[in-house]
Amino acid sequence: MEQNATAVELSGITKRFPGIVANDGISFKLRKGEIHALLGENGAGKSTLMNILFGLYQPDEGEIRVNGMPTVIDGPSKAIELGIGMVHQHFKLVQPFTVAENIVLGSEPSKGGVINLKQANEKVKRLSEQYRLQVDPNMRIEDITVGMQQRVEILKTLYRGADILIFDEPTAVLTVQEIEELLEILRSLAAEGKSIIIITHKLKEVMALSNSVTVIRRGKVVGTVETKSTNERALAELMVGRSVSLQTEKSRREVGKVIFAAKDLQMKSNQNKLVLNGVSLEIRAGEILGIAGVDGNGQSELVQAITGMVKLSGGQVSINGKDITNQSPRQTGLAGISHIPEDRHKHGLVLDFTLSENVVLGNYFQKPFNNGGFLKYEEMDKLAHKLTTEFDVRSSGIHTHARSLSGGNQQKAIIARELWRNPSLLIAVQPTRGLDIGAIEYVQQRLRQARDEGKAILLISFELDELFELSDRIAVMYEGRIVGEVDPLNRDNQRLGMLMAGDTNA
Amino acid sequence: MESPEKQYNKALGKGIKIFTKSSSLVPIVAIILGLITGALVMLAGGYNPLVAYGALFGKLIESPYDIGETIRAITPLIFTGLSVAFAFRTGLFNIGAEGQFVMGMLGATLIGVKLDLPWFIHAPLAMVGGAVLGGIWAGIVGYLKAKRGVNEVISSIMMNWIGLYFANYVIGTWLSEKGQQKSNEVHESASWSIGWLSEMMDHARMHGGTIVALICVFLFYILLWKTKQGYELRAVGLNPDAAHYAGMNVGRTVVKSMFIAGAFAGLGGAFEVLGVFGYQTISSASPGYGFDGIAVSLLGGNTPVGILLAAILFGGLTYGSGGMSFEADVPTEVVRIVIGAIIFFIASHGIVRMVMKPFSFRRNKPTDGSKEASRT
Ligand SMILES: Nc1ncnc2c1ncn2[C@@H]1O[C@H](COP(=O)(O)OP(=O)(O)OP(=O)(O)O)[C@@H](O)[C@H]1O
Ligand SMILES: [Mg+2]
Repeated sequence: MEQNATAVELSGITKRFPGIVANDGISFKLRKGEIHALLGENGAGKSTLMNILFGLYQPDEGEIRVNGMPTVIDGPSKAIELGIGMVHQHFKLVQPFTVAENIVLGSEPSKGGVINLKQANEKVKRLSEQYRLQVDPNMRIEDITVGMQQRVEILKTLYRGADILIFDEPTAVLTVQEIEELLEILRSLAAEGKSIIIITHKLKEVMALSNSVTVIRRGKVVGTVETKSTNERALAELMVGRSVSLQTEKSRREVGKVIFAAKDLQMKSNQNKLVLNGVSLEIRAGEILGIAGVDGNGQSELVQAITGMVKLSGGQVSINGKDITNQSPRQTGLAGISHIPEDRHKHGLVLDFTLSENVVLGNYFQKPFNNGGFLKYEEMDKLAHKLTTEFDVRSSGIHTHARSLSGGNQQKAIIARELWRNPSLLIAVQPTRGLDIGAIEYVQQRLRQARDEGKAILLISFELDELFELSDRIAVMYEGRIVGEVDPLNRDNQRLGMLMAGDTNA
Repeated sequence: MESPEKQYNKALGKGIKIFTKSSSLVPIVAIILGLITGALVMLAGGYNPLVAYGALFGKLIESPYDIGETIRAITPLIFTGLSVAFAFRTGLFNIGAEGQFVMGMLGATLIGVKLDLPWFIHAPLAMVGGAVLGGIWAGIVGYLKAKRGVNEVISSIMMNWIGLYFANYVIGTWLSEKGQQKSNEVHESASWSIGWLSEMMDHARMHGGTIVALICVFLFYILLWKTKQGYELRAVGLNPDAAHYAGMNVGRTVVKSMFIAGAFAGLGGAFEVLGVFGYQTISSASPGYGFDGIAVSLLGGNTPVGILLAAILFGGLTYGSGGMSFEADVPTEVVRIVIGAIIFFIASHGIVRMVMKPFSFRRNKPTDGSKEASRT
């Protein structure tokens, strides 16, 4: 195969949504066998462009060539026919089905109309060995990790014979370990001759993985460069149009009185396992407490317990000296807790509500939004205007549905809302997930500012850099317990690693 | 500045868009396809569909009496349509409007027969009695769902039968003379009939329930989109997890929503007694308005105006079928086929879109059609 042949060529692609031009004359070329990174601010139009290539949207203008042939991709089935596969950020798997069933779904091996599951299992096994994508064909999707779900998605596209693969922010939902594995997988796929487009906000990944980079800003291509000839700083500048720095001066700080205290929290899972096993914490005014730990060691449960979304089986939670153990989310909210949730689609937003409706999700029942049982839309609009301007939430207006916002802009809207609620305790779970670096810089600055105003902040993040950058103290969680603390001013990766693995002697 | 030509084209494009917004076009195409299906069935049966449809639609406006009776046939469908749609907006499938309708009849009959009050108390009280009993009937379903996780479809089907036999029992033991298959007449003071209007319409059964139905259409809108309560109901319907996160009591909201939905259906039942018949019969099958309400809400897209229009269509078709059978000798069941076909085409918009495709030349997919694309 010729090395520099073109797999996909988009020329002059324009896509308009009511009130916004998402793609504005974009031209883009993917060479065969290369990994091409697509970079750009939140709402720049990356997902839209890829959805066009995968046939989910029709462009208003422009031409698509696949393997040199001009084509109209009028639906995902056409895309699949052309050998294009897409792994969406939010997986599209059938939860109660097995891995094998999900992979063959839509083109099942069958005999006389009956699916041959054994043959399907065989095929999946062979495919998974061929590409070293380890999955268990017989497991149900609901029982496997996010990392394995992603491998299932990849296998699904390979099963359909895709040789052009699109990944939309694949690493956003993965743990550090899983990210390493994914990058390895992508490299070997490219080595096999697959052509890959990857959208990511993490410049490190771009540098480590890609052959070339295209940067989009506000719907237009601002540059395509060879990865060899660029660096993180240059890319960041190209992307946001100014220089960005995520490093700040740090020092020990004065803290105030105890705002939040949790004593000996216990929670049982449905299988009667202790998922919280005696967690005790204190956070003072003007302090950010970071929680480190491998995903699934009780972090989500801790948050659910504090906010009252799930009941504790033991222990005590208090805020400003007031006992709020096992109170409802409404009451903990009124007591001064606000919460940037881990899953923005599940908890953070009502996707089919407008932005105006979403910014009052936790306050709609209070004045001035509620006036004798009637909603005051003018007040909601006013707040939505204020928050979207302040946090640069890009959309075609405050009356558009949250669903039509880009992922990063959805996240910014949630952060804006929860900070605006002026809490005593802010719980931030993965607050910068899916944000571009400009936005990360701004959000981190706002979190620090909130801390300096005397709020207590509980930060849960799987990004160690972020944790060390923001936290004043870091507690490590393992199997539902706090196993130790590390000092963010003296980063000791080895000790941290041992604690995260549950070694309490560290 | 854009050239005038470009501006004109833009305006034209906008104009076309309003009329071709797929959301409003699909029901219309579905209706047409439904009527065509009915015509094919008639042809197969050796009838002339043109004559039949002529008779059907002619019947609706043949005389003042027919106009009045068409309105009478439409009224209960508005109520049950609102009932199903209201629950649906909270993410619940209220298949129990039928039972709630019957309970509404029973509540109205009870108060209408057993009490004797001045009309300005009696009539409103009988109406409210029907609404409350319908509401409670649906509220039970909501409660079971909220507290025990019982699927509302199953429990509301059961409640339909329980309601029917319960009403039969109450009428048989308390509200009727021995051996009668119907309750005693409700007192004149509880009646919602509008005498002078009936007089004017050749004794068609006109009643105040129609006006209440129209008020309810308006209330439906106000309640869901203008109040704090409606905000909660919609949030729970669209995303119960986010509603819970936001501090709403999801279970209580489900019960409330079902209660209100049941009250709409109950009102429909109440007016059948208080405005149309004046009594309730002991019957082995329920009247069917609740089930038709499902069709109405579906065709109406669960929007207030849509429900009103869909109720007019289905009510009109049903009443007109009498004329069709009388004048063109076509069995009234054909209209049920038409209604069934319309629902079928609504449910399978894929087919409708396919039919529409040749007419939409090379237009781009509307944005709301591309919702499936996940936002990342
Ligand atoms: N279906 C839609 N309807 C209306 N506007 C839309 C729709 N889809 C996308 N947009 C708008 O188009 C713009 C580009 O969105 P897109 O999702 O492509 O951004 P993105 O580059 O993927 O951003 P992110 O990094 O945040 O995921 C956004 O402003 C978004 O609000
Ligand atoms: Mg995106």
